[in-house]
Amino acid sequence: MIQLEGISKSFKVAERSAGLKQAAKALFVRKHRTVEALSEISFHIPEGEIVGYIGPNGAGKSTTIKVMSGVLVPDKGSCSIMGYTPWKDRAAYVRNIGVVFGQRSQLWWDVPVIDSYELLRDIYKIPQAEYKASLDMLVETLDLHTIIQMPVRQLSLGQRMRCEIAASLLHSPKVLFLDEPTIGLDAVSKIAVRDFIKEINKEKGVTVILTTHDMNDIEALASRILMIGKGTLLYDGSLQELRGRFGTQRTITVDFEPQQHEIFIPGTELLSWTSERAVYSFDHEQLSVAAVIAGISEQVKLLDVAIDTKPIDEIIVQLYKEHQI
Amino acid sequence: MSAYLSVCKLRFINGLQYRTAAFAGLTTQLFFGLIFIMVYVAFYNGSTKALPMELNEVVTYVWLQQIFLGLIMLWLRDNEIFGLITNGNIAYELCRPVEMYGFWYSKLLAQRVANTVLRCLPIAFIVLLLPQPYRLSLPHSWSSFTLFLIALLLGLLVTVSISMLIYISVFWTMSPVGSIMMIAVASELLAGMILPIPLMPIWMQNITYFLPFRWTVDFPFRVYSGHIPYMEAIWGIAIQLIWLILLIAVGTWCLRKALRRVVLQGG
Repeated sequence: MIQLEGISKSFKVAERSAGLKQAAKALFVRKHRTVEALSEISFHIPEGEIVGYIGPNGAGKSTTIKVMSGVLVPDKGSCSIMGYTPWKDRAAYVRNIGVVFGQRSQLWWDVPVIDSYELLRDIYKIPQAEYKASLDMLVETLDLHTIIQMPVRQLSLGQRMRCEIAASLLHSPKVLFLDEPTIGLDAVSKIAVRDFIKEINKEKGVTVILTTHDMNDIEALASRILMIGKGTLLYDGSLQELRGRFGTQRTITVDFEPQQHEIFIPGTELLSWTSERAVYSFDHEQLSVAAVIAGISEQVKLLDVAIDTKPIDEIIVQLYKEHQI
Repeated sequence: MSAYLSVCKLRFINGLQYRTAAFAGLTTQLFFGLIFIMVYVAFYNGSTKALPMELNEVVTYVWLQQIFLGLIMLWLRDNEIFGLITNGNIAYELCRPVEMYGFWYSKLLAQRVANTVLRCLPIAFIVLLLPQPYRLSLPHSWSSFTLFLIALLLGLLVTVSISMLIYISVFWTMSPVGSIMMIAVASELLAGMILPIPLMPIWMQNITYFLPFRWTVDFPFRVYSGHIPYMEAIWGIAIQLIWLILLIAVGTWCLRKALRRVVLQGG
Protein backbone atom coordinates (compact mmCIF):
# COMPACT_ATOMS: atom_id res chain seq x y z
CA MET A 1 0.00 0.00 0.00
CA ILE A 2 2.63 2.48 1.11
CA GLN A 3 6.24 2.00 0.20
CA LEU A 4 9.02 4.45 0.97
CA GLU A 5 12.54 3.77 -0.23
CA GLY A 6 15.53 5.89 0.76
CA ILE A 7 13.67 9.20 1.05
CA SER A 8 15.96 12.15 1.85
CA LYS A 9 15.16 15.83 2.18
CA SER A 10 17.28 18.73 3.33
CA PHE A 11 16.48 22.37 3.96
CA LYS A 12 18.66 25.43 3.81
CA VAL A 13 18.37 27.48 6.97
CA ALA A 14 19.61 31.04 7.40
CA GLU A 15 21.08 31.65 10.82
CA ARG A 16 22.87 34.28 12.83
CA SER A 17 23.68 34.97 16.47
CA ALA A 18 21.64 37.38 18.53
CA GLY A 19 22.23 41.11 18.64
CA LEU A 20 22.27 44.23 16.52
CA LYS A 21 25.85 43.81 15.39
CA GLN A 22 25.21 40.33 14.12
CA ALA A 23 22.02 41.47 12.42
CA ALA A 24 23.92 44.26 10.66
CA LYS A 25 26.58 41.81 9.59
CA ALA A 26 23.95 39.47 8.23
CA LEU A 27 22.89 42.22 5.83
CA PHE A 28 26.08 41.60 3.88
CA VAL A 29 27.09 38.06 4.65
CA ARG A 30 24.42 35.41 4.99
CA LYS A 31 25.31 32.23 6.72
CA HIS A 32 23.40 29.18 5.60
CA ARG A 33 23.38 25.77 7.09
CA THR A 34 21.92 22.72 5.49
CA VAL A 35 19.67 20.76 7.77
CA GLU A 36 19.09 17.15 6.94
CA ALA A 37 15.40 16.78 7.73
CA LEU A 38 15.14 13.22 6.44
CA SER A 39 17.87 10.85 5.49
CA GLU A 40 17.30 7.48 3.89
CA ILE A 41 13.85 6.79 5.31
CA SER A 42 12.43 3.48 4.16
CA PHE A 43 9.39 1.60 5.35
CA HIS A 44 6.44 -0.38 4.12
CA ILE A 45 2.88 -0.19 5.39
CA PRO A 46 0.22 -2.73 4.36
CA GLU A 47 -3.42 -1.84 3.77
CA GLY A 48 -5.68 -1.35 6.76
CA GLU A 49 -2.98 -0.78 9.34
CA ILE A 50 -2.82 2.03 11.89
CA VAL A 51 0.74 3.20 12.31
CA GLY A 52 1.94 5.58 14.97
CA TYR A 53 4.76 7.79 13.82
CA ILE A 54 6.67 9.19 16.75
CA GLY A 55 9.80 11.13 17.53
CA PRO A 56 10.86 14.26 19.38
CA ASN A 57 10.14 17.75 18.06
CA GLY A 58 11.99 18.50 14.83
CA ALA A 59 12.71 14.85 14.13
CA GLY A 60 11.13 14.94 10.68
CA LYS A 61 7.66 13.54 11.35
CA SER A 62 5.74 16.31 9.64
CA THR A 63 8.22 16.40 6.78
CA THR A 64 7.60 12.72 6.12
CA ILE A 65 3.84 13.28 6.17
CA LYS A 66 4.24 16.17 3.74
CA VAL A 67 6.33 14.07 1.39
CA MET A 68 3.78 11.26 1.56
CA SER A 69 0.89 13.64 0.90
CA GLY A 70 2.60 15.10 -2.18
CA VAL A 71 3.12 18.55 -0.71
CA LEU A 72 6.91 18.40 -0.57
CA VAL A 73 9.27 17.05 -3.16
CA PRO A 74 12.09 14.99 -1.60
CA ASP A 75 15.70 15.38 -2.72
CA LYS A 76 16.03 11.72 -3.49
CA GLY A 77 14.42 8.37 -2.90
CA SER A 78 11.24 6.82 -4.17
CA CYS A 79 7.79 6.62 -2.72
CA SER A 80 4.88 4.64 -4.01
CA ILE A 81 1.44 4.89 -2.45
CA MET A 82 -1.37 2.94 -4.10
CA GLY A 83 0.85 2.89 -7.18
CA TYR A 84 1.22 6.68 -7.33
CA THR A 85 4.32 8.78 -6.78
CA PRO A 86 2.74 11.52 -4.65
CA TRP A 87 4.63 14.56 -5.93
CA LYS A 88 4.51 13.47 -9.57
CA ASP A 89 0.89 12.41 -9.93
CA ARG A 90 -0.28 14.98 -7.40
CA ALA A 91 -3.72 15.77 -8.79
CA ALA A 92 -4.69 12.14 -9.41
CA TYR A 93 -3.13 10.93 -6.20
CA VAL A 94 -4.59 13.39 -3.68
CA ARG A 95 -8.12 12.29 -4.51
CA ASN A 96 -7.38 9.09 -2.63
CA ILE A 97 -5.93 10.53 0.54
CA GLY A 98 -7.12 12.60 3.44
CA VAL A 99 -4.81 14.80 5.46
CA VAL A 100 -5.23 16.57 8.79
CA PHE A 101 -2.50 18.98 9.85
CA GLY A 102 -3.33 19.49 13.50
CA GLN A 103 -1.73 22.89 13.68
CA ARG A 104 -3.39 24.32 10.60
CA SER A 105 -6.91 24.85 9.45
CA GLN A 106 -8.58 23.95 6.19
CA LEU A 107 -11.95 25.44 7.10
CA TRP A 108 -13.02 28.91 6.06
CA TRP A 109 -12.80 31.10 9.09
CA ASP A 110 -15.78 33.42 8.63
CA VAL A 111 -18.44 31.13 7.21
CA PRO A 112 -20.32 28.15 8.69
CA VAL A 113 -18.54 24.79 8.59
CA ILE A 114 -21.08 23.37 6.19
CA ASP A 115 -20.06 25.92 3.53
CA SER A 116 -16.48 24.67 3.67
CA TYR A 117 -17.76 21.11 3.33
CA GLU A 118 -19.77 21.99 0.25
CA LEU A 119 -16.71 23.54 -1.32
CA LEU A 120 -14.78 20.33 -0.62
CA ARG A 121 -17.61 18.35 -2.18
CA ASP A 122 -17.14 20.34 -5.39
CA ILE A 123 -13.36 20.19 -5.25
CA TYR A 124 -13.37 16.41 -4.96
CA LYS A 125 -16.37 16.09 -7.30
CA ILE A 126 -18.20 13.87 -4.81
CA PRO A 127 -21.61 12.79 -6.15
CA GLN A 128 -24.43 14.32 -4.08
CA ALA A 129 -25.78 11.01 -2.77
CA GLU A 130 -22.35 9.84 -1.69
CA TYR A 131 -21.63 13.21 -0.11
CA LYS A 132 -24.89 13.10 1.82
CA ALA A 133 -24.18 9.59 3.09
CA SER A 134 -20.65 10.30 4.24
CA LEU A 135 -21.64 13.65 5.76
CA ASP A 136 -24.44 12.01 7.74
CA MET A 137 -22.07 9.33 8.96
CA LEU A 138 -19.44 11.88 10.01
CA VAL A 139 -21.96 14.17 11.70
CA GLU A 140 -23.31 11.19 13.60
CA THR A 141 -20.05 9.66 14.76
CA LEU A 142 -18.20 12.89 15.47
CA ASP A 143 -21.28 14.51 17.03
CA LEU A 144 -21.31 17.61 14.86
CA HIS A 145 -25.08 18.26 14.84
CA THR A 146 -24.98 21.50 16.76
CA ILE A 147 -21.76 22.97 15.42
CA ILE A 148 -21.95 22.44 11.70
CA GLN A 149 -24.02 25.60 11.14
CA MET A 150 -21.68 27.79 13.16
CA PRO A 151 -18.92 30.00 11.75
CA VAL A 152 -15.54 28.42 12.35
CA ARG A 153 -14.24 31.40 14.30
CA GLN A 154 -16.77 30.70 17.04
CA LEU A 155 -15.85 27.05 17.55
CA SER A 156 -13.67 25.79 20.36
CA LEU A 157 -10.45 24.00 19.48
CA GLY A 158 -11.93 20.58 20.15
CA GLN A 159 -15.03 21.29 18.07
CA ARG A 160 -12.91 22.67 15.28
CA MET A 161 -10.61 19.67 15.27
CA ARG A 162 -13.57 17.32 14.95
CA CYS A 163 -14.79 19.39 12.00
CA GLU A 164 -11.29 19.32 10.47
CA ILE A 165 -11.16 15.54 10.68
CA ALA A 166 -14.60 15.25 9.12
CA ALA A 167 -13.48 17.60 6.32
CA SER A 168 -10.58 15.30 5.50
CA LEU A 169 -12.85 12.28 5.22
CA LEU A 170 -15.74 13.59 3.14
CA HIS A 171 -14.32 12.08 -0.02
CA SER A 172 -13.84 8.65 1.62
CA PRO A 173 -10.05 8.43 1.23
CA LYS A 174 -8.28 5.09 1.43
CA VAL A 175 -5.33 6.53 3.31
CA LEU A 176 -5.53 9.05 6.10
CA PHE A 177 -2.56 11.07 7.31
CA LEU A 178 -3.01 12.68 10.69
CA ASP A 179 -0.36 15.10 11.82
CA GLU A 180 -0.94 15.65 15.53
CA PRO A 181 -4.72 15.33 15.43
CA THR A 182 -5.13 15.54 19.20
CA ILE A 183 -2.91 18.53 19.87
CA GLY A 184 -4.46 20.82 22.46
CA LEU A 185 -7.60 18.74 22.96
CA ASP A 186 -9.23 17.95 26.30
CA ALA A 187 -9.63 14.37 27.50
CA VAL A 188 -13.19 13.97 26.19
CA SER A 189 -12.40 15.23 22.71
CA LYS A 190 -9.24 13.14 22.57
CA ILE A 191 -11.18 9.99 23.31
CA ALA A 192 -13.86 10.93 20.77
CA VAL A 193 -11.22 11.43 18.11
CA ARG A 194 -9.47 8.17 18.96
CA ASP A 195 -12.68 6.15 18.91
CA PHE A 196 -13.55 7.63 15.60
CA ILE A 197 -10.20 6.79 14.04
CA LYS A 198 -10.53 3.24 15.31
CA GLU A 199 -13.99 2.97 13.86
CA ILE A 200 -13.21 4.14 10.33
CA ASN A 201 -10.17 1.89 10.30
CA LYS A 202 -12.28 -1.09 11.24
CA GLU A 203 -15.38 -0.39 9.19
CA LYS A 204 -13.89 1.07 6.05
CA GLY A 205 -10.41 -0.39 6.16
CA VAL A 206 -8.79 3.05 5.98
CA THR A 207 -5.04 2.93 6.42
CA VAL A 208 -4.05 5.50 9.03
CA ILE A 209 -0.70 7.08 9.72
CA LEU A 210 -0.65 9.41 12.67
CA THR A 211 2.03 11.47 14.32
CA THR A 212 1.59 12.51 17.91
CA HIS A 213 3.39 13.36 21.10
CA ASP A 214 0.66 11.83 23.20
CA MET A 215 1.65 8.23 23.88
CA ASN A 216 -1.89 7.46 24.95
CA ASP A 217 -2.96 8.04 21.36
CA ILE A 218 -0.43 5.47 20.27
CA GLU A 219 -1.43 3.04 22.98
CA ALA A 220 -5.10 3.34 22.10
CA LEU A 221 -4.69 3.15 18.35
CA ALA A 222 -1.48 1.94 16.85
CA SER A 223 -0.47 -1.65 16.54
CA ARG A 224 2.79 -0.58 15.01
CA ILE A 225 5.22 2.20 15.79
CA LEU A 226 7.74 3.93 13.61
CA MET A 227 10.17 6.07 15.52
CA ILE A 228 12.23 8.73 13.85
CA GLY A 229 15.00 10.89 15.28
CA LYS A 230 17.28 13.40 13.59
CA GLY A 231 15.86 12.36 10.26
CA THR A 232 16.58 8.66 10.46
CA LEU A 233 14.28 5.78 11.24
CA LEU A 234 15.26 4.27 14.59
CA TYR A 235 12.60 1.80 15.45
CA ASP A 236 9.99 -0.11 13.53
CA GLY A 237 7.94 -2.64 15.43
CA SER A 238 4.99 -3.29 17.66
CA LEU A 239 4.24 -1.58 20.93
CA GLN A 240 4.39 -4.90 22.80
CA GLU A 241 7.86 -5.54 21.50
CA LEU A 242 8.93 -2.14 22.68
CA ARG A 243 7.44 -2.81 26.08
CA GLY A 244 9.20 -6.16 26.16
CA ARG A 245 12.51 -4.48 25.50
CA PHE A 246 12.25 -1.78 28.08
CA GLY A 247 9.24 -2.78 30.09
CA THR A 248 10.54 -5.48 32.45
CA GLN A 249 11.08 -2.81 35.07
CA ARG A 250 8.41 -2.53 37.75
CA THR A 251 8.04 0.02 40.48
CA ILE A 252 6.51 -0.84 43.79
CA THR A 253 5.15 1.78 46.15
CA VAL A 254 4.59 0.71 49.75
CA ASP A 255 2.92 2.53 52.64
CA PHE A 256 3.73 1.37 56.16
CA GLU A 257 3.57 2.34 59.82
CA PRO A 258 6.17 4.98 60.72
CA GLN A 259 9.68 3.65 60.49
CA GLN A 260 12.96 5.37 61.34
CA HIS A 261 15.53 3.65 59.13
CA GLU A 262 15.62 3.07 55.41
CA ILE A 263 15.09 -0.49 54.32
CA PHE A 264 17.11 -1.96 51.48
CA ILE A 265 15.98 -5.03 49.59
CA PRO A 266 18.69 -6.84 47.63
CA GLY A 267 18.16 -6.68 43.85
CA THR A 268 15.99 -3.55 43.97
CA GLU A 269 16.73 0.11 43.76
CA LEU A 270 15.29 2.48 46.35
CA LEU A 271 13.84 5.41 44.43
CA SER A 272 12.41 7.43 47.32
CA TRP A 273 11.97 7.13 51.02
CA THR A 274 9.95 8.87 53.71
CA SER A 275 9.16 7.50 57.14
CA GLU A 276 5.78 6.27 55.87
CA ARG A 277 6.32 5.50 52.20
CA ALA A 278 9.00 4.00 49.98
CA VAL A 279 9.29 3.41 46.22
CA TYR A 280 11.48 0.63 44.81
CA SER A 281 12.22 -0.31 41.26
CA PHE A 282 13.27 -3.76 40.09
CA ASP A 283 13.38 -6.06 37.10
CA HIS A 284 10.52 -8.56 37.42
CA GLU A 285 12.28 -11.16 35.32
CA GLN A 286 15.07 -11.42 37.86
CA LEU A 287 13.18 -10.93 41.07
CA SER A 288 9.55 -11.86 41.57
CA VAL A 289 7.05 -9.37 42.87
CA ALA A 290 6.14 -11.74 45.70
CA ALA A 291 9.73 -11.96 46.86
CA VAL A 292 10.00 -8.17 47.02
CA ILE A 293 6.79 -7.80 49.01
CA ALA A 294 7.83 -10.61 51.32
CA GLY A 295 11.18 -8.93 51.88
CA ILE A 296 9.59 -5.65 52.82
CA SER A 297 6.87 -7.06 55.01
CA GLU A 298 9.45 -8.89 57.12
CA GLN A 299 10.81 -5.54 58.27
CA VAL A 300 7.80 -3.19 58.39
CA LYS A 301 4.09 -3.36 58.98
CA LEU A 302 2.60 -2.92 55.50
CA LEU A 303 -0.50 -0.77 55.03
CA ASP A 304 -0.77 -0.53 51.22
CA VAL A 305 1.07 -1.77 48.13
CA ALA A 306 0.88 -0.56 44.53
CA ILE A 307 2.80 -2.03 41.59
CA ASP A 308 3.24 -0.14 38.33
CA THR A 309 4.72 -0.99 35.02
CA LYS A 310 6.85 1.66 33.45
CA PRO A 311 4.64 4.19 31.68
CA ILE A 312 4.97 4.24 27.92
CA ASP A 313 6.14 7.84 28.07
CA GLU A 314 9.18 6.80 30.07
CA ILE A 315 9.94 3.97 27.68
CA ILE A 316 9.95 6.49 24.88
CA VAL A 317 12.21 8.83 26.82
CA GLN A 318 14.57 5.93 27.42
CA LEU A 319 14.47 5.04 23.76
CA TYR A 320 15.25 8.64 22.79
CA LYS A 321 18.11 8.63 25.27
CA GLU A 322 19.48 5.39 23.95
CA HIS A 323 19.67 6.86 20.47
CA GLN A 324 20.90 10.20 21.80
CA ILE A 325 18.18 12.26 20.14
CA MET B 1 -20.61 22.61 -9.66
CA SER B 2 -17.00 22.94 -10.69
CA ALA B 3 -14.46 23.56 -7.93
CA TYR B 4 -13.53 26.92 -9.41
CA LEU B 5 -17.11 28.12 -9.56
CA SER B 6 -17.71 26.80 -6.09
CA VAL B 7 -14.77 28.63 -4.52
CA CYS B 8 -15.93 31.72 -6.37
CA LYS B 9 -19.34 31.36 -4.77
CA LEU B 10 -17.96 30.81 -1.28
CA ARG B 11 -15.59 33.75 -1.54
CA PHE B 12 -18.49 35.84 -2.78
CA ILE B 13 -20.67 34.84 0.18
CA ASN B 14 -17.74 35.56 2.45
CA GLY B 15 -17.31 39.01 0.93
CA LEU B 16 -20.98 39.90 1.28
CA GLN B 17 -20.75 39.67 5.05
CA TYR B 18 -18.87 42.91 5.46
CA ARG B 19 -21.76 45.38 5.25
CA THR B 20 -20.22 48.09 7.39
CA ALA B 21 -17.06 48.06 5.30
CA ALA B 22 -19.19 48.47 2.20
CA PHE B 23 -20.99 51.45 3.69
CA ALA B 24 -17.73 53.06 4.79
CA GLY B 25 -16.30 52.44 1.31
CA LEU B 26 -19.33 54.04 -0.26
CA THR B 27 -18.95 57.31 1.66
CA THR B 28 -15.17 57.42 1.17
CA GLN B 29 -15.51 56.91 -2.55
CA LEU B 30 -18.17 59.61 -2.92
CA PHE B 31 -15.95 61.98 -0.95
CA PHE B 32 -12.84 61.29 -3.03
CA GLY B 33 -14.76 61.50 -6.28
CA LEU B 34 -16.09 64.92 -5.34
CA ILE B 35 -12.64 66.20 -4.34
CA PHE B 36 -11.05 65.02 -7.60
CA ILE B 37 -13.80 66.60 -9.66
CA MET B 38 -13.48 69.91 -7.82
CA VAL B 39 -9.80 69.99 -8.71
CA TYR B 40 -10.52 69.22 -12.36
CA VAL B 41 -13.26 71.85 -12.49
CA ALA B 42 -10.79 74.43 -11.18
CA PHE B 43 -8.22 73.39 -13.78
CA TYR B 44 -10.66 73.46 -16.64
CA ASN B 45 -11.98 76.88 -15.62
CA GLY B 46 -8.47 78.27 -15.44
CA SER B 47 -7.25 76.76 -18.67
CA THR B 48 -7.08 78.77 -21.87
CA LYS B 49 -5.90 75.96 -24.17
CA ALA B 50 -8.17 73.29 -25.65
CA LEU B 51 -7.68 70.10 -23.61
CA PRO B 52 -7.68 66.57 -25.06
CA MET B 53 -10.71 65.56 -22.93
CA GLU B 54 -13.97 67.42 -22.29
CA LEU B 55 -14.77 68.22 -18.66
CA ASN B 56 -17.86 65.98 -18.65
CA GLU B 57 -15.74 63.11 -19.98
CA VAL B 58 -13.27 63.59 -17.14
CA VAL B 59 -16.10 63.75 -14.57
CA THR B 60 -17.54 60.52 -15.95
CA TYR B 61 -14.08 58.97 -15.86
CA VAL B 62 -13.64 59.87 -12.19
CA TRP B 63 -17.02 58.50 -11.16
CA LEU B 64 -16.56 55.26 -13.05
CA GLN B 65 -13.24 54.86 -11.24
CA GLN B 66 -14.97 55.25 -7.91
CA ILE B 67 -17.91 53.00 -8.80
CA PHE B 68 -15.71 50.13 -10.01
CA LEU B 69 -12.78 50.75 -7.68
CA GLY B 70 -12.94 47.24 -6.23
CA LEU B 71 -12.65 45.66 -9.66
CA ILE B 72 -9.59 47.46 -10.88
CA MET B 73 -7.45 48.56 -7.94
CA LEU B 74 -4.26 46.55 -7.75
CA TRP B 75 -3.59 47.28 -4.13
CA LEU B 76 -6.75 45.49 -3.08
CA ARG B 77 -5.33 42.35 -1.56
CA ASP B 78 -6.43 39.05 -0.22
CA ASN B 79 -4.44 38.58 2.96
CA GLU B 80 -5.64 35.02 3.19
CA ILE B 81 -3.52 33.97 0.22
CA PHE B 82 -0.47 35.80 1.59
CA GLY B 83 -1.07 34.04 4.89
CA LEU B 84 -1.28 30.68 3.16
CA ILE B 85 2.18 31.18 1.72
CA THR B 86 4.00 32.82 4.61
CA ASN B 87 2.70 30.62 7.43
CA GLY B 88 2.56 27.36 5.53
CA ASN B 89 -1.20 26.78 5.40
CA ILE B 90 -0.69 26.25 1.71
CA ALA B 91 -0.06 22.63 2.69
CA TYR B 92 -3.80 22.06 2.60
CA GLU B 93 -4.24 23.73 -0.77
CA LEU B 94 -1.50 21.51 -2.16
CA CYS B 95 -3.25 18.31 -1.25
CA ARG B 96 -6.39 19.13 -3.18
CA PRO B 97 -7.04 17.80 -6.67
CA VAL B 98 -7.31 21.26 -8.23
CA GLU B 99 -5.15 23.42 -10.40
CA MET B 100 -3.83 26.03 -8.02
CA TYR B 101 -3.59 28.95 -10.46
CA GLY B 102 -7.22 28.64 -11.45
CA PHE B 103 -8.27 28.10 -7.86
CA TRP B 104 -6.62 31.25 -6.57
CA TYR B 105 -7.71 33.18 -9.63
CA SER B 106 -11.34 32.30 -8.89
CA LYS B 107 -10.94 33.36 -5.27
CA LEU B 108 -9.49 36.73 -6.20
CA LEU B 109 -12.08 37.32 -8.88
CA ALA B 110 -14.94 36.59 -6.50
CA GLN B 111 -13.47 38.81 -3.82
CA ARG B 112 -13.34 41.75 -6.21
CA VAL B 113 -16.85 41.18 -7.49
CA ALA B 114 -18.28 40.82 -3.97
CA ASN B 115 -16.46 43.95 -2.94
CA THR B 116 -17.95 45.95 -5.78
CA VAL B 117 -21.49 44.58 -5.95
CA LEU B 118 -22.44 45.97 -2.56
CA ARG B 119 -21.39 49.50 -3.32
CA CYS B 120 -21.47 50.12 -7.06
CA LEU B 121 -25.23 50.54 -7.43
CA PRO B 122 -25.77 53.01 -4.57
CA ILE B 123 -22.83 55.12 -5.74
CA ALA B 124 -24.02 55.04 -9.35
CA PHE B 125 -27.53 56.01 -8.26
CA ILE B 126 -26.31 58.97 -6.22
CA VAL B 127 -23.85 60.34 -8.78
CA LEU B 128 -26.42 60.12 -11.59
CA LEU B 129 -28.55 62.59 -9.63
CA LEU B 130 -25.86 65.11 -8.70
CA PRO B 131 -26.11 68.66 -10.13
CA GLN B 132 -23.92 69.59 -13.10
CA PRO B 133 -20.98 69.66 -13.60
CA TYR B 134 -20.67 66.86 -11.00
CA ARG B 135 -23.18 64.51 -12.57
CA LEU B 136 -22.16 61.16 -14.13
CA SER B 137 -23.08 61.26 -17.83
CA LEU B 138 -24.94 58.40 -19.46
CA PRO B 139 -22.93 56.25 -21.88
CA HIS B 140 -22.28 57.73 -25.29
CA SER B 141 -24.49 55.13 -27.02
CA TRP B 142 -25.78 51.59 -26.52
CA SER B 143 -22.94 50.16 -28.54
CA SER B 144 -20.30 52.03 -26.57
CA PHE B 145 -21.99 50.83 -23.38
CA THR B 146 -21.77 47.23 -24.58
CA LEU B 147 -18.14 47.65 -25.57
CA PHE B 148 -17.52 49.28 -22.18
CA LEU B 149 -18.93 46.25 -20.36
CA ILE B 150 -16.70 43.89 -22.34
CA ALA B 151 -13.66 46.13 -21.81
CA LEU B 152 -14.39 46.41 -18.08
CA LEU B 153 -14.73 42.65 -17.72
CA LEU B 154 -11.46 42.05 -19.58
CA GLY B 155 -9.85 44.84 -17.53
CA LEU B 156 -10.92 43.02 -14.37
CA LEU B 157 -9.41 39.78 -15.65
CA VAL B 158 -6.16 41.55 -16.54
CA THR B 159 -6.08 43.14 -13.06
CA VAL B 160 -6.50 39.74 -11.41
CA SER B 161 -3.78 38.26 -13.64
CA ILE B 162 -1.36 41.00 -12.61
CA SER B 163 -2.25 40.57 -8.96
CA MET B 164 -1.64 36.82 -9.27
CA LEU B 165 1.96 37.68 -10.14
CA ILE B 166 2.19 39.69 -6.90
CA TYR B 167 0.91 36.72 -4.88
CA ILE B 168 3.31 34.35 -6.60
CA SER B 169 6.24 36.70 -5.91
CA VAL B 170 5.64 36.15 -2.18
CA PHE B 171 7.00 32.61 -2.56
CA TRP B 172 10.39 34.25 -3.04
CA THR B 173 10.11 37.45 -1.02
CA MET B 174 8.12 36.09 1.94
CA SER B 175 6.52 39.50 2.46
CA PRO B 176 3.83 41.12 0.37
CA VAL B 177 4.66 44.66 1.52
CA GLY B 178 7.36 45.43 -1.02
CA SER B 179 5.75 44.02 -4.11
CA ILE B 180 2.38 45.56 -3.23
CA MET B 181 3.90 48.99 -2.64
CA MET B 182 5.88 48.98 -5.85
CA ILE B 183 3.05 47.73 -7.98
CA ALA B 184 0.53 50.01 -6.30
CA VAL B 185 2.51 53.19 -6.91
CA ALA B 186 3.52 52.30 -10.45
CA SER B 187 0.17 50.93 -11.50
CA GLU B 188 -1.90 53.78 -10.12
CA LEU B 189 0.00 56.21 -12.25
CA LEU B 190 0.42 54.01 -15.33
CA ALA B 191 -3.15 52.80 -15.33
CA GLY B 192 -4.51 56.32 -15.30
CA MET B 193 -5.96 56.23 -11.80
CA ILE B 194 -4.38 59.53 -10.83
CA LEU B 195 -4.69 61.28 -14.17
CA PRO B 196 -6.53 60.14 -17.30
CA ILE B 197 -3.87 59.16 -19.81
CA PRO B 198 -4.76 61.73 -22.51
CA LEU B 199 -3.99 64.48 -19.98
CA MET B 200 -0.45 63.17 -19.43
CA PRO B 201 2.62 64.52 -21.26
CA ILE B 202 3.26 62.68 -24.51
CA TRP B 203 6.41 60.86 -23.37
CA MET B 204 4.54 59.42 -20.41
CA GLN B 205 1.63 58.36 -22.59
CA ASN B 206 4.12 56.45 -24.73
CA ILE B 207 5.33 54.54 -21.71
CA THR B 208 1.81 53.54 -20.69
CA TYR B 209 1.11 52.13 -24.15
CA PHE B 210 3.76 49.47 -23.64
CA LEU B 211 2.41 48.23 -20.32
CA PRO B 212 -0.73 46.31 -19.39
CA PHE B 213 -1.95 48.74 -16.73
CA ARG B 214 -3.80 51.26 -18.90
CA TRP B 215 -6.01 48.50 -20.29
CA THR B 216 -7.52 48.00 -16.85
CA VAL B 217 -8.64 51.59 -16.09
CA ASP B 218 -8.07 54.18 -18.76
CA PHE B 219 -9.32 52.11 -21.65
CA PRO B 220 -12.75 50.88 -20.43
CA PHE B 221 -13.73 54.23 -18.92
CA ARG B 222 -12.95 56.20 -22.04
CA VAL B 223 -14.87 53.68 -24.14
CA TYR B 224 -17.92 54.43 -21.95
CA SER B 225 -17.85 58.13 -22.69
CA GLY B 226 -17.18 57.56 -26.36
CA HIS B 227 -13.80 59.26 -26.11
CA ILE B 228 -12.39 56.13 -27.72
CA PRO B 229 -14.36 55.45 -30.94
CA TYR B 230 -15.75 52.02 -31.94
CA MET B 231 -13.03 50.70 -34.17
CA GLU B 232 -10.33 51.71 -31.76
CA ALA B 233 -12.30 50.12 -28.93
CA ILE B 234 -12.57 46.81 -30.76
CA TRP B 235 -8.84 46.84 -31.43
CA GLY B 236 -8.28 47.69 -27.78
CA ILE B 237 -10.32 44.70 -26.69
CA ALA B 238 -8.14 42.50 -28.88
CA ILE B 239 -5.04 43.92 -27.19
CA GLN B 240 -6.61 43.32 -23.77
CA LEU B 241 -7.11 39.69 -24.77
CA ILE B 242 -3.48 39.36 -25.82
CA TRP B 243 -2.28 40.82 -22.51
CA LEU B 244 -4.62 38.53 -20.63
CA ILE B 245 -3.30 35.40 -22.33
CA LEU B 246 0.28 36.52 -21.87
CA LEU B 247 -0.13 37.33 -18.17
CA ILE B 248 -1.94 34.10 -17.41
CA ALA B 249 0.73 32.08 -19.23
CA VAL B 250 3.53 33.77 -17.29
CA GLY B 251 1.63 33.39 -14.00
CA THR B 252 0.93 29.70 -14.52
CA TRP B 253 4.54 29.05 -15.39
CA CYS B 254 5.88 30.97 -12.36
CA LEU B 255 3.47 29.31 -9.97
CA ARG B 256 4.44 25.87 -11.20
CA LYS B 257 8.08 26.75 -10.67
CA ALA B 258 7.35 28.15 -7.22
CA LEU B 259 5.50 25.03 -6.15
CA ARG B 260 8.35 22.77 -7.18
CA ARG B 261 10.67 24.50 -4.77
CA VAL B 262 8.11 25.32 -2.11
CA VAL B 263 9.30 25.26 1.46
CA LEU B 264 6.49 25.01 3.93
CA GLN B 265 6.94 27.62 6.59
CA GLY B 266 6.30 26.93 10.24
CA GLY B 267 6.68 23.19 10.67
